[in-house]
Amino acid sequence: MNTFLQLLVNGLGKGAVYALLALGFVVIYKATEVINFAHGSLVLVGGFLVYELKDTLGWVGAAVVGIVAAALAGLLIERVLLANARAADHNSLALLTIGVDVIITEEVVRRVGADIPFIGDPYDAQPIQLGAITIFRTQAIALVVGAVLITAFLLAFRYSSWGVAMRAQAENREAAALMGIRSSRVTATAWLVAGALAGVAVLFIATQDFSGAGLGRGTHAIALVAFPAAILGGLDSTAGAVVGGIVVGLTEALSAQYISFEFSKSAVFLVMLVVLVVRPSGLFGTKELSRV
Amino acid sequence: MSDTLVKPTSPPAGAPPARRRNRLAIAGGAVLLLVLVLLPVLIGNEVAYLKVAQYILIGAVGGIGLTLLVGQAGQLSLAHPFFLLVGAVSYAVISGEAEAGLVGLGLPPVVGLVGAVLISGLFGLAFAPVAGRLRGIYLGVASLSLVFLGLWLGQSLESLTGGTSSGRTPPNFELLGFVFANSQPAPTILGIAIQKQQRLWYLFLVLAVVAYLLARGAVRSRIGRAWRAVRDNEAAATAMGVNVTRVKAGAFVVSSAYAGLAGVMTALWLDLVKPDENEFTGNYSLTVAIAFLAIVIIGGLGSVPGAVFGAIVVYGLQQFFLLGANEFGWFADAQFGGLTAVVLSAFVYGAAVVLVVLFEPGGAAAIGRRLLARRTNTTDSRTDTAVPAASGGRERSPERNDDDPRA
Repeated sequence: MNTFLQLLVNGLGKGAVYALLALGFVVIYKATEVINFAHGSLVLVGGFLVYELKDTLGWVGAAVVGIVAAALAGLLIERVLLANARAADHNSLALLTIGVDVIITEEVVRRVGADIPFIGDPYDAQPIQLGAITIFRTQAIALVVGAVLITAFLLAFRYSSWGVAMRAQAENREAAALMGIRSSRVTATAWLVAGALAGVAVLFIATQDFSGAGLGRGTHAIALVAFPAAILGGLDSTAGAVVGGIVVGLTEALSAQYISFEFSKSAVFLVMLVVLVVRPSGLFGTKELSRV
Repeated sequence: MSDTLVKPTSPPAGAPPARRRNRLAIAGGAVLLLVLVLLPVLIGNEVAYLKVAQYILIGAVGGIGLTLLVGQAGQLSLAHPFFLLVGAVSYAVISGEAEAGLVGLGLPPVVGLVGAVLISGLFGLAFAPVAGRLRGIYLGVASLSLVFLGLWLGQSLESLTGGTSSGRTPPNFELLGFVFANSQPAPTILGIAIQKQQRLWYLFLVLAVVAYLLARGAVRSRIGRAWRAVRDNEAAATAMGVNVTRVKAGAFVVSSAYAGLAGVMTALWLDLVKPDENEFTGNYSLTVAIAFLAIVIIGGLGSVPGAVFGAIVVYGLQQFFLLGANEFGWFADAQFGGLTAVVLSAFVYGAAVVLVVLFEPGGAAAIGRRLLARRTNTTDSRTDTAVPAASGGRERSPERNDDDPRA
């Protein structure tokens, strides 16, 4: 029972991080119908700056710079590349982000070099003892930070003028434009927000508690595991991203304990497959209808 | 699809240049084939160069399989490395000897090759029910799960795969008693001994040419038309009498079989079957999934010759840089984490993908088609006044006009 509780908390903590990443996918998808394959590289950009600057700026300063940098990297990709490829359809743009991803990832990975550093200094590898159960501090903090950020995001999405504009554009791009909503600004902020969320997520991912793997290709691969989270919940549903993230986090934690560590990543994908076979657009995604 | 509608309207006046172009294409193809056949002689004893050429053919075979699926049938798949793994392991199991905890049936390598292709196709068929239900990006991510499944299976089924630490050695290929390995004395062509690597080159060349011709045939025939119909509009395809479920499943099976063949070639090329240790580096990893997608995008979605070109860019450059590093000491000053051959080739093909999507979504195939169209247009204006309007429209067609079988 104690093990189970322990797994539950740790799994939820992981789930919160996956939810942050999945929200990034969903925000961008809602605004532009583009799947951002470069999300993993945004994660790396943020993490890399934290690693480089934490000795000079202190961890908090470096973390802030990392988050801002990841957000700006997202903005840059959108403004420089995607905004200039209006003629291309959504799918080609998704492919374009693959190219971007390859370049940024290779560059960051080679700069990090052989170090593969951990960047969660203030909380990493300092487990909390609560009676008989041990909780990873990283996951616990991730759970709190994730809950706060996700709540803030969902509230903003629901009530702020940015959120209304975003939802209007997702509903009907042309009508929204006719109502005076600046499509380019909505799109740009979507990428900005997604980048910032990725920048936060990496602070928890590149730790011993979370993955045991430092900043490097492994981090990038973990960002890919957030893909099933977004898909599982439904790509155009913010609530779905949160649910998907938690499902993925729990699946990974539980299967790593009860089946095998090697199997845990496959388990995530198998759960996603099962969900997709039953509901091809994810749990909360809009069903695609074809009219003849 | 606009060009398929326009094409038949080009008057008979367009026929002579078309025939001339056809003849030119055949002549060009023949010259190219001759060069490829003589490549071991041209290269001489520098086997390393031959390895690069072999590797490109692996990329070409796999890329052709993926371009049929992604470009022609419109199903995004990142599962290619999984089928490569299935092909490689199947070959080793069917034709390898049973030894030291390894399962091996010891059947002739030809059976192993054909069996590996069939088994990969069957795995594709097994995934088809899932693939048939999903569209676009959902399918792409769902197919990603196969890569993770392959990683796990590869690690856990050590009696088949040989495990991540040592792997297993695939048997040498053998055809009618002719072994694709070094021998004494070796046959020679123009004074060049035809040893293992030369023999493998000819084997790969034959496999690649067959794969190429089959794919071109499929694209031009009823099968290809059905793929494109399903890609462009499933409802319309159904109305035309296309069995959408079957066609989608068929595309997946064909594509996986191609990947399986590429897997066998990979095993022979490396002389090793070894499952990956993690999901992001290795011969059957996510990196390979992305590389294959890059091959398809750079070549132009759906274009068979384009896939070959993409393979040269993505697979060729990587091996070329590696070769340069080994032979001439390029990147010698780059320590670990420096600008290595792999990093540089990733930069090049990553940038190529970005540029292609930004400036020429049709990829290399569209550029080639445009060059050809320009040439025929100029000959047209000299011999005949009827310049086919089709070529102008084809150039600017915003959609993926990859279904021109002549391109």
